[in-house]
Amino acid sequence: MNISSLLSAVPGALSQGVLWGVMVIGVYITFRLLDIADMTCDGSFSLGGCVCAVLIVNFNVNPVIAILASIIAGSLAGCVTGLLHTVFEIPAILAGILTQYSLWSINLRIMGGKSNVPLLKSKTIFSGLVEMTGLRNSHVALIIGVVIAIVVVMVLYWFFGTELGASLRATGNNENMIRALGVDIKKTKLLALMIANGLVAFAGALVCQSQKYADINMGTGAIVIGLASIVIGEVLFSRFKSFYMKLSSAIVGCCTYFLIRAVVLWLGLDPNDMKLLSAIIVALALATPVAMAKYRTKKAYSPNGGTEHAGN
Amino acid sequence: MLEIKDVFKTFNAGTINEKRALNGVNLKLNEGDFVTIIGGNGAGKSTTLNMIAGVYPIDRGTITIDGVDVSTWPEHKRAQFLGRVFQDPMMGTAAGMEIEENLALAYRRGKKRTLKWGVTNEERDIYREELKILGLGLENRMNTKVGLLSGGQRQALTLLMATLQQPKVLLLDEHTAALDPKTAKTVLDLTEHIIEENHLTALMVTHNMKDAIRMGNRLIMMQDGRVIYDVAGEEKKNLKVSDLLAKFQEASGTEFANDRMMLS
Ligand SMILES: Nc1ncnc2c1ncn2[C@@H]1O[C@H](COP(=O)(O)OP(=O)(O)OP(=O)(O)O)[C@@H](O)[C@H]1O
Ligand SMILES: [Mg+2]
Repeated sequence: MNISSLLSAVPGALSQGVLWGVMVIGVYITFRLLDIADMTCDGSFSLGGCVCAVLIVNFNVNPVIAILASIIAGSLAGCVTGLLHTVFEIPAILAGILTQYSLWSINLRIMGGKSNVPLLKSKTIFSGLVEMTGLRNSHVALIIGVVIAIVVVMVLYWFFGTELGASLRATGNNENMIRALGVDIKKTKLLALMIANGLVAFAGALVCQSQKYADINMGTGAIVIGLASIVIGEVLFSRFKSFYMKLSSAIVGCCTYFLIRAVVLWLGLDPNDMKLLSAIIVALALATPVAMAKYRTKKAYSPNGGTEHAGN
Repeated sequence: MLEIKDVFKTFNAGTINEKRALNGVNLKLNEGDFVTIIGGNGAGKSTTLNMIAGVYPIDRGTITIDGVDVSTWPEHKRAQFLGRVFQDPMMGTAAGMEIEENLALAYRRGKKRTLKWGVTNEERDIYREELKILGLGLENRMNTKVGLLSGGQRQALTLLMATLQQPKVLLLDEHTAALDPKTAKTVLDLTEHIIEENHLTALMVTHNMKDAIRMGNRLIMMQDGRVIYDVAGEEKKNLKVSDLLAKFQEASGTEFANDRMMLS
């Protein structure tokens, strides 16, 4: 095993981490702010990629506009999940699964029945800078990705500080209270799902342009990657409490995730095992606090009723 | 200010768990009325407050607040008229948000949420002054997460939030029941102070008969989803707990039963 081959894989892993990190921020909004595991994610990531690729290849659309279209498509997907959940009261997980399931067919139709659309020599948001500077693709993707990630974090930091954004955070915190304060939580939940899936599709479009193809399966497992990145980021940034650090931790967590993946590949493990590893990371991260609490409760118990150590 | 006319509510209608919670409630509050509500277990006290707030739709009757018929309005729309404090201190505040963020959310009760900044500096000055009134030192901890506060502190904060923007009617549902006696007294004194200071119209459910007699200008007793006794003014001031128990027996033909009710 050659350490330099690992090092040469780092920029690629980091750039993927940053671009996928935009998706992780979307997952963060639903999972951490609203406490919903939004299964739409896998479908809307692919949707973003497919819309972007088809617009660029078939319609010769400017890559930036193609990305904007992807964001709109993603938020529409989030809107469908949101309506199923808020208006028809379908449990959020199931509502997401239904949208994700239907998106597979929709994405295939968008790509004209092909499961894969290559961008070939089409212009992307990365290609201009590559030609201008002569830098490697992965380096350019990293630079542009970091700029985009910073802008996304800044915009969201602003948004969640506004009256509307605050009512959205409050919806995730205490539905009962924010309803009593006059906010229609159907609307805030719908809005959150639209923003989140818009971001997920944004990431799908970015990944599509950086890898120069869209694939019907490119979003498979995105939700687990998102959750794994969130919990990794939270461990790494556990000292920080401010909201923009929490948003940033999602991106850093995602970069770390892709670095781990690079190491796993470098060690010669089967890349297909990455899914197992991701699932284990998420399960461990979610199980640990519960197991700790149970352990503490058990330890605090004493048959003669001493309660001074009881904690939860 | 508030008029409830012939309101009926049956939960789980048509099932084995069918329960008629409100059986023709009639109540008219005048501006500035501070009404205490007592009654046995399951008498319909909480349900009455929930129906005013629009938590569940009513089956029959009308609810009018300040001349507006809100009978079919959803909860979030009625919020513009109502300040509410719940029995559970966790229910009225957002634990994961700062004190000033909670206040800012309450300051905008019933208003459209825009893309303007969520808390302004002028507001902070207002909040600091208001928090001082609570006398809990919270004015120096405006950036503390509410989840770190005690139940009593949270309940006092909820009370402030409910009245930060003058409500047409303030609804209090056993809002001190979950607190220890000393904290409960602090919060009750605050309640009285805030209601008096702002000339609020208020409905307060309590399980303490003495408080019910001592506080407010009017007292109503509920049983089986109805108002069975309504007393105000001098007559109310001169009531004793034994009078209330006798009234109850007279009106319902049974012993007064409420396992949380404090008779002394
Ligand atoms: N959401 C609900 N679903 C079904 N039944 C309900 C619901 N809310 C209240 N009830 C029933 O309606 C009746 C009146 O309840 P309510 O909570 O209004 O009583 P209360 O006067 O507040 O009593 P307590 O002193 O115990 O708080 C009770 O029999 C209760 O079980
Ligand atoms: Mg009750």
